[in-house]
Amino acid sequence: MTEFYGYERPDGSVGVRNHLLVLTPVDCSFEPAKKIAARVEGAVAVSQFYGCRHDEMLTNALIGTGRNPNVAGVLLVGLGCESITSEFLAEGIRPTKKPVETLIIQEEGGTVKTVEKGVRILRRMAEGAAELEREPFPLSELTLAVECGGSDATSGLAANPAVGVAADMLIDEGGAVMFGETQEMTGTQHILARRAVDDDVAGAIREMVGRQEERMRAMGIDSRYMSKGNVDGGLTTIEEKSLGAIRKGGTRPIQGVLRNSREGLDAPRGPGLWLQDGPGWDVPSVTHMVAAGAQVVVFTSGRGSTTGHAIAPVLKVTGNPMTYERLADNMDINAGTILDGGESLRSVGERIFGAIVEVASGRMTKAEALGFRDFVVFRTDRVAERLLGFC
Amino acid sequence: MKKALQIDGKDNVATATSDVGEGEVVEVLSPHGVVIERPEASEPIPFGHKIALVDLGMGEEVIKYGEVIGVASQEIAAGVWVHTHNVESATVPTSAHREGDP
Repeated sequence: MTEFYGYERPDGSVGVRNHLLVLTPVDCSFEPAKKIAARVEGAVAVSQFYGCRHDEMLTNALIGTGRNPNVAGVLLVGLGCESITSEFLAEGIRPTKKPVETLIIQEEGGTVKTVEKGVRILRRMAEGAAELEREPFPLSELTLAVECGGSDATSGLAANPAVGVAADMLIDEGGAVMFGETQEMTGTQHILARRAVDDDVAGAIREMVGRQEERMRAMGIDSRYMSKGNVDGGLTTIEEKSLGAIRKGGTRPIQGVLRNSREGLDAPRGPGLWLQDGPGWDVPSVTHMVAAGAQVVVFTSGRGSTTGHAIAPVLKVTGNPMTYERLADNMDINAGTILDGGESLRSVGERIFGAIVEVASGRMTKAEALGFRDFVVFRTDRVAERLLGFC
Repeated sequence: MKKALQIDGKDNVATATSDVGEGEVVEVLSPHGVVIERPEASEPIPFGHKIALVDLGMGEEVIKYGEVIGVASQEIAAGVWVHTHNVESATVPTSAHREGDP
């Protein structure tokens, strides 16, 4: 049985990093929050940019990020007049029993005082976090998010199938895997539904993808059509295109659909493969999967990508040997060795699996070494959702 | 020798990892890296495009990633280039793609 070395949290969950999170409910208090985080090692400040009107998709994502076991403690920094309050977010994070504190700029009397007090609070949290040591845990404590972006013809051929092998290996050792980007599942809902563990899950998959197709039709887009570039590149049908993307999640049965709704942001309820009904592009998709509990992210890109994440390591895999060479600063793993027969798909998958375990145990990814802290919360358009009858 | 990859053991097509010329022999690698077949390409097959590993009758399922990606819209012999001209999607008529971007 494979083990990884992580940090145990008070609620029994296991982090692969030991970050402190400075969370702001609204962008109005983000500048002071960044000043506070900059003065404490391991601290990261994040916000959202949709204003402060209450919206559960936003609050679920922020609370979920605070709850993620990669976070050792949370300092909420609010302005004071926002509708999404710091206290509301704090209440959502407190069940994890990790240290959570709040600071309100309008109550403290300005940014200088807030920053000073915030740094003091965060330093105290940092001392507590520093006392923790990594201990061995089974892979059943690990949730992996898989993502792709900047795809090319090698993505569906090498990188995604190889990551799929690693995903299967993790699931076989009791871990959980999720992927999102609902719009990439179009044309394959019948295939995904067949892989569901039961009829309820199959129905949820069909509803999720069907709704996404309706949203796109409302925008005048038939999401089932492929571009000329796709066809020129060798993709024959929409099924083939979508299968190339979803193969990164491996081949195991689908346990359920993870939603972001009034009831909350769903996290995997056990081991196995899960689908997130989530945003259709890279950084928000990664952000929402980490908010749903993923501690590690594997990201495939044929053309190359720089993406990291505020609190989770993002391991980047390319199937294009030229991209691996040209973007050596950014890409962690070359899966392009499959193309010339130098290495089998299976063997590259095993290599990726090994890298996931190492990264979970503390090895830095290239995005971490560069200090990249991507974080973009997404929300659907409420007016459109209501007009389409989805809420 | 030119290579093509069978991504799943159930696949009846493989994807070329470089441009293949007419008459060239292609080594087909299994997911475990074993050469399972050496078909001769009966026409040019560009990088990223598919070659048939078996003879397929009209209406037979084309399998890649271990799943049905479409059905043969005409007879396809082993070694033939498999694309929009001889495969139909079950979801969107493949012919729709032949007229260019919608």
